[in-house]
Amino acid sequence: MFSEFSPLEDKMFQVMDNEGNIVRPEYMPEVDGQRLVKAYKDMLFARTADLMAVSYQRQGRMYTYPPNYGQEAIAGAMAIVMRENDWLVPAFRELGAWLAKGASLKEIFLYFMGYEEGTVFRNAKNILPISVPIASQYQHAAGLGYSIKYKKEDSVVYAVVGDGGTSEGDFSEAINFAAVWEAPVVFLVQNNQYAISVPFRMQTRSVNIAVKAYAFGIPGLKVDGNDIFAMVKALQVAQEHARSGKGPVLIEAVTYRRGSHTTSDDPTKYRTKEEEDAMAKTDPLDRFRKYLVNQNLYDPSQEEELIAQYKKEVDRQFTEAENYPPYPLEDVFKYTYVELPDDLRQQQIEHEKFLKWKEALK
Amino acid sequence: MEGGLEMKVMTMVSAINNALDIKLAEDPMIVAYGEDVGVEGGVFRVTEGLQKKYGAHRVFDSPLAESAIVGTAVGMAANGLRPVVEMQFCGFVYPAYNQIISHVARFYNRSRGRYRMPIVIRFPYGGGINALEHHSESMETIYGHIPGIKVVIPSTPYDAKGMLISAIESDDPIIFMEPKRIYRAIKQEVPEDKFSIPLGKAKVLQQGSDLTLIAWGAMVREAQKAIVMAKKDGISVELIDLRTIYPIDRQTIIESVKKTGRVVIVHEEPLTFGTGAELTAIINEDAFLHLEAPVNRVGGFDTIVPLPRGEHHYIISPEKIYYNILKTMKF
Ligand SMILES: Cc1ncc(C[n+]2csc(CCOP(=O)(O)OP(=O)(O)O)c2C)c(N)n1
Repeated sequence: MFSEFSPLEDKMFQVMDNEGNIVRPEYMPEVDGQRLVKAYKDMLFARTADLMAVSYQRQGRMYTYPPNYGQEAIAGAMAIVMRENDWLVPAFRELGAWLAKGASLKEIFLYFMGYEEGTVFRNAKNILPISVPIASQYQHAAGLGYSIKYKKEDSVVYAVVGDGGTSEGDFSEAINFAAVWEAPVVFLVQNNQYAISVPFRMQTRSVNIAVKAYAFGIPGLKVDGNDIFAMVKALQVAQEHARSGKGPVLIEAVTYRRGSHTTSDDPTKYRTKEEEDAMAKTDPLDRFRKYLVNQNLYDPSQEEELIAQYKKEVDRQFTEAENYPPYPLEDVFKYTYVELPDDLRQQQIEHEKFLKWKEALK
Repeated sequence: MEGGLEMKVMTMVSAINNALDIKLAEDPMIVAYGEDVGVEGGVFRVTEGLQKKYGAHRVFDSPLAESAIVGTAVGMAANGLRPVVEMQFCGFVYPAYNQIISHVARFYNRSRGRYRMPIVIRFPYGGGINALEHHSESMETIYGHIPGIKVVIPSTPYDAKGMLISAIESDDPIIFMEPKRIYRAIKQEVPEDKFSIPLGKAKVLQQGSDLTLIAWGAMVREAQKAIVMAKKDGISVELIDLRTIYPIDRQTIIESVKKTGRVVIVHEEPLTFGTGAELTAIINEDAFLHLEAPVNRVGGFDTIVPLPRGEHHYIISPEKIYYNILKTMKF
């Protein structure tokens, strides 16, 4: 597959077209119908939650939030391929993948409401916290990969970065390390065409991102990231490669960020409505739905009802997050060190004295 | 150093934009770049309109790599350009720290003066805007501690303009830290024409006789509120805006301390090894016998800055400054 869809020739691996037709049946991954319907519904849930997150932010009930709108198939495929023991090393735009790993929506809301608690993901196994410094998490993935090999564990690492992140030194350094170590890492790039306002063609003169794999001596594949089947197949092949001791793989998932970069961003400054409309035709949910409907696996008339149900669930979890207790002073001090230095303890005591004095002022 | 008489109401954002505009027009060797700096005009719109006016060869978007943004500036400067680069947020300078400390700060020395590094590295810093992780830190000390660079922090639109112009004209490399909490919070009449404010000069914002209060950046405004509180107790506070972290204006501080004998220093950055420690040492060296109370440092906790829901615990309030003024007065 890696040679048939050579990134050197800028070939893109695709299984399903924009109309939901299977154009490369020989690459259709084997996933049973019910699992596919679940995947679709999970993607729909993630989209509902994502759109609501944006509106909560607009209502002033949450802080800055990075929308996932239009990129849902990547996480949808990860949810199918990732095993419980596999590691997820996210950036900050991985709503569906966090949920797939077992994070709750409530936690994710807590994070964007300004609580560290929201990125602990207490019930999710083998997941690192959200990483804001672009591409830095790729290094952690390489290290995790080494540790898996060292401990002879049966798992692989899925590391995620954006197209902009591929310009950071950390991106190249991490892949190089993992390649030298033959570490079991699937390096995934969500190429959503923009790094805030900077379009992909201003980020690199490479024909694509996948081709960079050649420089590290590892396989690379450019995949239609809005095609759930291509993504599932690509991740299956990649994780097999990594798991079997052959080292890391670089997967470029070509997608489009239909929303703003974050809720503080205004995309009209740097892209046109025409472009957005054209890219809307590749929407991952629309394509997937068309396929499922054609196969009589899904009745589209239930969609409205489903969304209504999801909205209730999202709102329930959001309300729970909103009712989370206030942030105690203690929590500021508790986690900087395992062993709290005396000096720091004293700072807390002094601050408490001040707070008492302030209270008495009133 | 006032410019012409034409005044315009500016925020810190528009004042910095105006300073860049003036210098870009005046000196063809100046280029300005960074992430989202060109087409979008920066995530805070500090460079808005400048690419249109001066062209994409002078004001532009770079790929996403801080180390390369600063590292390329070194090469440009070696061949006579005067780069003004933006780091998008204080928390993302670190990939470039190697270039700053290993090259920007050392080229002049290493080449025995052959290569000057007239580079300005600007970035928004500080807390108080409910931001994501890594967007709220104040780390002036880690720049002030590097031999070979100067560190500037304005607290008003007027100073931001005048000091950025000086920074761009300086042949030494400058770290220009912009307190984003007050990017748009303060509006002020600023001369439209060119003027400059010398670096390394603190400013006495308010005369007083009982206590010297030293602050900079967004803390100046909080200090001013605390002074109003203290005034009700009959305490006369002298307020100094440090304005330049390195080189420190020893003279202004010492003159004030000799007059008041009591000092409170306020900074957002963590207390330990903070700029306040350096100021305390200077005061000990030059005004020890004039002190009537130990120098009192009010700083950020030595903790990670909490995410927004916990940030109110961390941020230094006017009340906390007032409390420390009283404490120092009562000593
Ligand atoms: C090291 C670093 N530099 C700058 C930023 C500010 N920043 C946040 S997101 C972003 C763009 C990221 O683009 P990309 O990697 O394509 O991912 P996307 O946001 O599109 O998912 C930038 C520059 C950061 N978070 N970290």
